[in-house]
Amino acid sequence: MTALLSIKDMTHYFGGLKAVSEFSFDVPEGVIYGLIGPNGSGKTTCFNLITGIYTPTKGQILFQGEEIKGQKPFRIVHRGIARTFQNLRIFNNMSVIDNIRVARHFTTTSGVFSTLLRLPSFRHEEDKVREEAMNLIKLMNLDSRAREQAKNLPYGELRRLEIARALATKPKLILLDEPAAGMNPKETEDLMKLIQRVRDEFKVTIFLIEHHMKFVTGICERVKVIDFGTTIAEGKPEDVVKEAKVLEAYLGRKAVVC
Amino acid sequence: MSKLMNFKLLIAGAIFFLIVTILQATGVLNGYFMVIINRSLIGVMFAVSLNLINGITGQFSLGHMGFAAVGAYTSGCFTTLLFHLNPHHSQDMVFFLGAILMGGIAAAVAGFLIGFPSLRLKGDYLAIVTLGFGEIIRTILNNIPYVGGPRGLLGIPKFSSFPVIFVFTLGTIILIRNLIQSSIGRSMLSIRENELASELVGVDTTKYKVMGFVVGAFFAGMGGGLLAHLLQIAHPTQYGFYASALILIMVYVGGIGSITGSIIAAFSLTFLTEGLRVGIDWLRDTVGIPIGTEWTMVIYALLLILIMLYKTDGLMGMRESSVLIIKEKA
Repeated sequence: MTALLSIKDMTHYFGGLKAVSEFSFDVPEGVIYGLIGPNGSGKTTCFNLITGIYTPTKGQILFQGEEIKGQKPFRIVHRGIARTFQNLRIFNNMSVIDNIRVARHFTTTSGVFSTLLRLPSFRHEEDKVREEAMNLIKLMNLDSRAREQAKNLPYGELRRLEIARALATKPKLILLDEPAAGMNPKETEDLMKLIQRVRDEFKVTIFLIEHHMKFVTGICERVKVIDFGTTIAEGKPEDVVKEAKVLEAYLGRKAVVC
Repeated sequence: MSKLMNFKLLIAGAIFFLIVTILQATGVLNGYFMVIINRSLIGVMFAVSLNLINGITGQFSLGHMGFAAVGAYTSGCFTTLLFHLNPHHSQDMVFFLGAILMGGIAAAVAGFLIGFPSLRLKGDYLAIVTLGFGEIIRTILNNIPYVGGPRGLLGIPKFSSFPVIFVFTLGTIILIRNLIQSSIGRSMLSIRENELASELVGVDTTKYKVMGFVVGAFFAGMGGGLLAHLLQIAHPTQYGFYASALILIMVYVGGIGSITGSIIAAFSLTFLTEGLRVGIDWLRDTVGIPIGTEWTMVIYALLLILIMLYKTDGLMGMRESSVLIIKEKA
């Protein structure tokens, strides 16, 4: 199996602080890959490096075999990497459908003039964008909310909206930053099903960050555990959670002794 | 369906046009009132175009009248200095429209020049750059003898009649509405809502910020051209910071991002300024209280503070009149 995303010796400093230290890993196509680690271990920084918000100090980021390091974030999105955020970043004062339509925008070709004059070609394109957005809304069970302002939605629905928005960019790889944060056990279970369904229906690869061990072991096919910017374990989730270093990072040294 | 809704705005415009024309013909609206209405309409052009930059794209421009100045002087140069157009010759009207368009294009170029380098800046810093831009334009105009320097460009032919200004204003409203309610407009709006998220759903934020400046400047430039051909003078002081601040106030009083709000605010504030002037003259001359017209600004500022205290989102908030919304299927 070829690696969709391949990271080699990625290192990043914030001033003197080494936030990410020589990360190397491959995310194979079609899997659900988990990145776990305690608070402050560099997980979100890793996502920010992949999506181009920061440029790594050192190392390589290959997506489908091509270097994407140093490219602007929106170009990386066009290549097929979408993401969600740990603390939601929804366009609050826009409707649910508009939130999703923004993410379809870069596929449209209408320029300023055909937009200003609402030429037929422009209207045709807008119709297509609206239909695609509606399909995603239905899939995420948000149909009754389509025209509602996003800020009026409850938390769980906002999480789904953010995933829908990421999917609207037609990605090959989706990065989910703590998708289950703030969810109750029932919502978490629904989310696990949703993520699996998204993977199967959209044929996307999923790369997620999570604290929730049950969530990770329940859904991920491969995990990588990091602490203080370095890798401490990698492999299948059921094997990884037994490793001493992982237990130590999560529970402290004493737990290992017991 | 969308065609029908487009007509709704045209019908509303036509009703307004008819009422004003009838009132003018029957003598209810004298020349003085017509000037105020014309200035209000041009104010709508300025406010709606600034709303695209400040309200929709979420940038902060303090130099909007700088763009208007570029448009006013460019079109003024064409009609007055280069071709000596005469409003009584009907074929000159075509050249006048061309001159207004040239003014808009010149302003759009200025918008591109100011928009491009300032994209590295955000918030307060951008505001200062645009403020500086407005002052630079004013100072440059002050120092070019060809366009009159500090005396201003005089003797501009009076081409801007109510019908001409009305058509341009309605056109501005329709076109900017079309832009806002489109993929491009939604991308601009998403920049205001959350710039990082916008970039990470694939929006080229730089491009759309520049586009906001260019399109906004274009319409402001045409408005400036019309204003010069209404007042028959283009003077550097008309386009200083004070004037830009007035437009900014219109946008914020009307409601950020609401075209309806900008239209209402442009009309109310233009009429209010005139009303206050008349009221103060009356107080001084008839009642005998020794105050000057500079007190309009005090009352104006108080009013603004009150609106901002009790109606924080402006008059319309982010809402839009149904006349201005393009209806979509499902």
